[in-house]
Amino acid sequence: MRRLAAACTALFLTALPALAEGTEDQVTSFSLDNGMEVVVIEDHRAPVVVHMVWYRAGSADETPGKSGVAHFLEHLLFKGTDTLAPGEFSQVVAKNGGTDNAFTSTDQTAYYQRVAADRLGLMMKMEADRMVNLRLDEEDILTERDVIIEERNTRVENDPAALMREQLGAALYLNHRYGVPIIGWRDEMETLDLDAAYSYYHRFYAPNNAILVVAGDVTPDEVRRLAEEHYGPVPANPEVGAPRARPQEPRQMAERRLIFKDPRVAQPYVMRRYLAPERDAGAQREAAALTLLEEILGGGQTSVLNRDLQFDRKVSLYTAAFYNGTSYDDTSFGLIVVPAPGVTLDAAEAALDETLAAFLDEGVDPAQLDRIKFQFRADQIYARDDVQGLARRYGGALTSGLTVADVQAWPDILQSVTGDEIVAAARKVFDRNHSVTGYLLPDEAAPAAQEVSQ
Amino acid sequence: MKPLLAFVFSLFLAAPALAEIDIQTVETPKGFTAWLVEEPSIPFTSLEIRFEGGTSLDAPGERGATHLMVALLEEGAGEYDARGFAEASEALAASFRYDSGPDTVSVSAKFLTENRDAAMALLRESLVAPRFDEDAVERVRAQVLSSIRSDAKDPDAIANATFDRMLFGDHPYGSQPEGTEESVSALSRDDLIAAHKAALARDRVYIAAAGDISAEELSSLIDGLLGDLPATGAPLPADLEVTTTAGVTVVPFDTPQSVAMFGQKGLKRDDPDFFAAYVMNTILGGGGFEARLMTEVREKRGLTYGVYSYLVPLDHAELYLGRVASANDRVAEAITVIRDEWAKMARDGVTREELDQAKTYLTGAYPLRFDGNGPIARILVGMQMDGLTPDYVTTRNAQVEAVTLEDVKRVAGDLLKPDALRFVVVGQPEGLEETPGQ
Repeated sequence: MRRLAAACTALFLTALPALAEGTEDQVTSFSLDNGMEVVVIEDHRAPVVVHMVWYRAGSADETPGKSGVAHFLEHLLFKGTDTLAPGEFSQVVAKNGGTDNAFTSTDQTAYYQRVAADRLGLMMKMEADRMVNLRLDEEDILTERDVIIEERNTRVENDPAALMREQLGAALYLNHRYGVPIIGWRDEMETLDLDAAYSYYHRFYAPNNAILVVAGDVTPDEVRRLAEEHYGPVPANPEVGAPRARPQEPRQMAERRLIFKDPRVAQPYVMRRYLAPERDAGAQREAAALTLLEEILGGGQTSVLNRDLQFDRKVSLYTAAFYNGTSYDDTSFGLIVVPAPGVTLDAAEAALDETLAAFLDEGVDPAQLDRIKFQFRADQIYARDDVQGLARRYGGALTSGLTVADVQAWPDILQSVTGDEIVAAARKVFDRNHSVTGYLLPDEAAPAAQEVSQ
Repeated sequence: MKPLLAFVFSLFLAAPALAEIDIQTVETPKGFTAWLVEEPSIPFTSLEIRFEGGTSLDAPGERGATHLMVALLEEGAGEYDARGFAEASEALAASFRYDSGPDTVSVSAKFLTENRDAAMALLRESLVAPRFDEDAVERVRAQVLSSIRSDAKDPDAIANATFDRMLFGDHPYGSQPEGTEESVSALSRDDLIAAHKAALARDRVYIAAAGDISAEELSSLIDGLLGDLPATGAPLPADLEVTTTAGVTVVPFDTPQSVAMFGQKGLKRDDPDFFAAYVMNTILGGGGFEARLMTEVREKRGLTYGVYSYLVPLDHAELYLGRVASANDRVAEAITVIRDEWAKMARDGVTREELDQAKTYLTGAYPLRFDGNGPIARILVGMQMDGLTPDYVTTRNAQVEAVTLEDVKRVAGDLLKPDALRFVVVGQPEGLEETPGQ
C-alpha cells in the first residue's frame, strides 16, 4: 500500500496542469429583454440537447396552509394549455423521440426534455406556452390530487425512516418553511384546489423568474435566436420575481430530541441535523469548508466516522454525513450512525459525540484532505462527460441565489480551504442548541425486531 | 440531501448520431475479446466487466456466498487491507463499483488517463487477489444481515421475495441473492474463496470500454487485469419453465399503501418475436405517460403514482412482470383495471396510431442513450451479454420499424395470458379475494 500511495502523491503533484482544465470554457450566459436568464453548456460530441426551464419557486415559497402546492402544480403543468390537450405535451416530446420530466425542491421547480438537437425550438415553443397559458379544470385537479397522495404514500407513508426524517425536519426549523415537506402534509394536500394551484402559478411563473439552461450540441448564438423567438414574446410580470423574503430562523436556544417508533422498523439508527450556513453569492468559503467536512467525516471507508466507529470501536454498521450547500436560506449538516448489533442508540450517539469532539481537538489529517481535494479536481474532468449533470449544477445554483461566476469560482475555493478553516466551520456548526437528534426505533409491540437494538 | 421530487420513471439517457458510434472489437494476446469506443476528448476511461453466472452460482446451502464475496472485493486485496485499498483508490480519484445480480457479477470502473496504470494495478488486486480478512468478513456480514432483516419489513422486498419463491421454488432464482440470516451466518472464509473461484473466471467474462484509450492500450490493460483469473468457473444453473395461475396472493402487512407485483411467463431475448413484444409492452405498460396502464390507472383514475410492466428475459427463465402501488382501499380497483387492460390487449392488439407513436418514440429515443462514456460502455457490455454483434447499434431501429400491426396482435394474443396473470399483494388490501395457486 505504501508504494502505490507514494506513487500517487507524486502523480498528484505533477498532474496539476492537466487537472486544471475545467468546465468553464463550455459555458456561456446572457439574459433576454424580458428578464429571463439563459445558460448554455456546449458539448458537441453528440447531436442531442437537454432543455431545462428552472423557476425560482419551490416548496419553501408556498403560502402557509397550502403545503405541497408547488409540487402539485408541477404535476398539473402536464395538463393542458390553450393550445395543448391534457397529456399532449409529453406525447409530442415522445413523438419526437424525446423524454421529459420535472422535479420540485425547496427552492426551485424545473421542467426538462432530452431530444435531438434539431428539436430544440419545438421544446421551447411548448415550454414557453405552459409558462403562462395553463388551463386547468376541476376534474384535472381531483384526479391529480389523488395521484400526489399516492405519491406521498409511496415515498413517505410506506417508509418509517421517511416519516422520521419528516418529523426531524419539522423540528429543525422553528420558523422557516424548510421544515415543511416538499410533497406536503397529508391533511393540507387533501385540501389543495384550483385556486391554490392557480394562485401559486400566477405568483411565480413568468420569464423574469425563470432560468433557461440548454446543454448539448448547440451554440450560444443558436440558443439566443431560438430563445428570443419563443420566450422573448412572453411579457415580464412585474408582480413576480422580487427578492424572496421568507420567514427566517429565530435564535435557536435549545436542542431538540425525537424518538420515532414504528413496528415496520427493522434496523434502528440515530440521525442528527444541525442548522448550517449555505453558499451565498460572493461568499462561499464557509460552505466550501463544510462541503469538505462532509467528505472528511462521512466520505467512504477512510472517513473519520467510519474509521472510529465502524473499524476501531466496532459500534456501528454504517455511518454517514450529509451537507448540501446549494440552498437559498440556512441549510443543515447531518450525521447518521447505524449501530452494530448489541449497541444501543444511546451508546452509538455517545460514541458519535466522542468522535466529533476528538476530531475538533485533533484537526484535519492533511493526507486525507489532499486525497479529497484531488477527487474534487478529478470531478472537474468526470463532470464534462455528463452535461445534464452540469445543467443541473447551474440551474440549482442559479435558483438558490448564486450566480454563474459563483459556480465557476467554487472548484478553486474548495481547493484553497485549509484544515483550520474546516475545523473552525465545524466548531461553529456543531452546537447542539441548533440541532435535532432523532432515534428511529421498532415499536415495542413488535418484539421480533427488538433483538436488533439490544 | 433532501431528495428532489420527480416523476417516478427514469428517462432514457441522451444521445449521439448512431453513425458516430464506432465500435472496435479488440482481441487480446491472452484471448479476451473487448468492445471499445474511443473518445479521446476527455482524459478518462469507463470500463465495464461482466461475469456471467452471478448469485445463481451459489452452492447448495450457501445462499448469499456470491453476494457477500462481491461485497468484499474492495474490502482488502493483495497488500492492502480494507482502508488501505480505499485510500489508494481515493488517491487516484478512481471509482470502482462491484455488484452482483441473479445472472451476473458486474465491475464498473472509471479512471483518469494520467494514472491509468496505477488504477488498473489496484483494480486487478481486488479481482485476482481479494483477501477476505476475518475482520472485514465479519463487518460486511453484519451489514448484509441488517439488510436482510430490513427487507423482511419492506413491502417491495416482501413482494419480490414472495413472487420469486412462488415462481422458482428450489432453483436459485427462487430465493433472495443476499441469502437468509441462517445461511449468511453460516458462511465461512473458505466458502467465500470458493465463491470467488466459481464466479470470476476467464470463460465467462464480457468487457467493454469507452473513453480516452486506444485499442492497443486496452488490450494490454485487459490481459494484465484479468489474465491471472482461473480459466473456468462453476457450471451455470439449469433453465426452467415459468408457470403461473390467475389470481391473487395476499401477504398481510400493516402499511397504508399496498404494493402489488404481477406477472406471468415472458419470452427469451433471442425470440424472433422479441421486438414485437417489446413494442407491444411499450404501448401497454412501458415507461411513458402514454402507456395504457399509466393512462387508465393513473391519469384517468388517480389510483397510483406509477404503474409499469416490463419483459424480464433472465438467462434461465423468461418473465413478464409489472408493479403498482395503491392505498389499501383502492388497490382492488387498480388490479381490476390492470386485468382488463391485459385481456383487452390480448384480444384486440393495438391501433395503428399507437403503433406509429411507439415506433417514433423508440427509434428516436434509442440514440439518446449513448450519452457519455459510462453509458456507452454499459450498453456495449450489455449487447455482448445478449449475444448481439456490434452492428446491432445500426440495425436495431430497423428491427423496431419492421414490427407490423399484425405482428403485435399475434404476439399479444400468444404472449399475454389473462388466465394466468398472478398478483402478489403486500399490505392490508380491502375487497380483494385471495385465490390459491402460483
